[in-house]
Amino acid sequence: MIEDRRSFLRDTGRFLLLTGAASIAWEHVLAGTPDASPNYALTDHWWGMVIDIDTCIGCGNCVRACKAENDVPLEEGAFRTWVERYQVDTNDLDHPRVDSPNGGYDGFPELRSTGENVKVFFVPKLCNHCAHSPCVQVCPVGATFESPDGVVLVDKSYCIGCRYCVQACPYGCRFIDPRTMTADKCTLCYHRITKGLTTACCEACPTGARQLVDLKNPKDPVHEFIRTHAVHVLKPQMATGAKVYYNGLDGAVR
Amino acid sequence: MPGVEGFIYPNEIELQWSVLIVLYPFITGLVAGAFILASLERVFNVHVVKPTYRLALLTALAFLIVAPLPLQLHLGHPERSIEMYLTPHRTSAMAMFGFVYLWYLMAVLVLEIWFDYRRELVLARRSSTGLRRMAYTVLTLGSDNIDASALRVDERIGYALTVVGIPSAFLLHGYVGFIFGSVKANPWWSTPLMPIVFLFSAMVSGIALVMLMYMALTRARGRVIDMPCLDTIARYLFYTFIIDFSLEMLDLLHRIYEADESFRALDFMVHTKLWVSHILIQIVIGTLLPLVLLAAVQLVSLSERARRRLYALSGTLALIGIFAMRWNVVIGGQLFSKSFLGYTSYKLVFATREGLLPAVALLVLPFAILAALVRFLPPWADVQPGAASIVVTHGDTGR
Repeated sequence: MIEDRRSFLRDTGRFLLLTGAASIAWEHVLAGTPDASPNYALTDHWWGMVIDIDTCIGCGNCVRACKAENDVPLEEGAFRTWVERYQVDTNDLDHPRVDSPNGGYDGFPELRSTGENVKVFFVPKLCNHCAHSPCVQVCPVGATFESPDGVVLVDKSYCIGCRYCVQACPYGCRFIDPRTMTADKCTLCYHRITKGLTTACCEACPTGARQLVDLKNPKDPVHEFIRTHAVHVLKPQMATGAKVYYNGLDGAVR
Repeated sequence: MPGVEGFIYPNEIELQWSVLIVLYPFITGLVAGAFILASLERVFNVHVVKPTYRLALLTALAFLIVAPLPLQLHLGHPERSIEMYLTPHRTSAMAMFGFVYLWYLMAVLVLEIWFDYRRELVLARRSSTGLRRMAYTVLTLGSDNIDASALRVDERIGYALTVVGIPSAFLLHGYVGFIFGSVKANPWWSTPLMPIVFLFSAMVSGIALVMLMYMALTRARGRVIDMPCLDTIARYLFYTFIIDFSLEMLDLLHRIYEADESFRALDFMVHTKLWVSHILIQIVIGTLLPLVLLAAVQLVSLSERARRRLYALSGTLALIGIFAMRWNVVIGGQLFSKSFLGYTSYKLVFATREGLLPAVALLVLPFAILAALVRFLPPWADVQPGAASIVVTHGDTGR
């Protein structure tokens, strides 16, 4: 009887161990080898973006370019980048009026009268590609990750669609793609920047308000820009290591 | 936009977690609470609650079996949920759910129930024939030894399992609280009190449920309710309820007094969209009222009949209150924008994958499972397995 139990345990243990090992090995086989990109070294880059509030005119080109380039659903609640319009009354700084009709995709309706002491400005937003991303931290299966070159990406073939990352992002940058039922977000046009191009939103911006920057590149003008301007990130109290730097960001912006 | 007030981020239009995610902490809370009630008898030697010991274990099991279903139904890709076991992400609070769940189900609950029922299962196998006998053979796992020394070993293992089970039950539900409490992006959730509040509310709901089930089932069997047992359970319900309520009020007071950047938005939400479910249902009807009723029983001497009625009422109200608490945490935490400049609303639809219908079905299902369990493994001292509702007259058949 004891012998039987022992051999049963031994065989079961072997079976579990071997099938486990085999399935892990098979997963690696299925994953295949990643595409070779001989001219791009992950460790040579640390991507981010600089946004100049004073230069943004709220045309919505970036939103349209992003949706077109990345096949982002055109419906409500699906934006990899969007533009907000702030109206801040100098007598009531705590209560800014904000709108972002269709994420700024169609531009903004003209403001007839804002009152004399109201400042109006636009804030383009996108994933901050945080160095300590709360969204990456919470993903239960590791489907979303920070790439070595500083971009937060989602493996859509792995995402289970639990939406925890959407909850964890303090900036509202994530959504669920209704076609795939997986998490979706800005990839910083990873398919472009790894080939030496800039992002679609930066490419389409008529005023150069958005600039893709490589913080690891000593020749990138971002170093000079950050040295000479007071830049801020959104919600610094969240300590997420956000890498989208705003020049001229008003304290009213959330 | 319909349902939206003020400004919300464009991606916040859709509420991410539905009523199914409300069920998840509600159901696991019932499991943890029921188990802790069972452990009162076994580990803390409160023998007077023994009539509910097995019922509490079976209730915990019935609800635990259902606990992962609302999650599965909610996932965008349920077929990939196995990845949580295969490639768990170490930094994710949610990744541990599968392991905590399996540990609790297999290492604690199922084992404890098996050891507790082993003697009866063996006896039932010996006295039955055909298919029934086969079923019991499987359930006994081929073990036929029920002499005194074997039963002593069972008893000792059962005790050890309960000792392990208490921290496990705490882990199970405290952990569920951590899933919410650790989201720093959401000020309505982000508090270290969350796991503890979840734990005590779990105990309240679990104890209330077992108390109600014991009353209902005993009545249905035409037996007499053991009043000392019921009084004791109600007293424990009262105590845990006081702790739970104090913790929740501490959280509220802290928020009001600190009044940080999120306070205005949350305060507005509690006074508008959450007024009915939070203030009225959760706090007044679901907490204060049952607390007053339970306190009244402690202070005034009432007839057994009156006490039973008050217990039934306060137990039901407690369950409603705890459900409202889960609702207010999960849904309430998504009604305000993370910009603190606006609000959205939640519309509960009826017959969709995450609608009211599956939610109700998932709440009824554990009772169906419990009914089957109670039939197959009678938790009563006067009934043996395999001899459904036949009263055994010779001696003690209980553990």
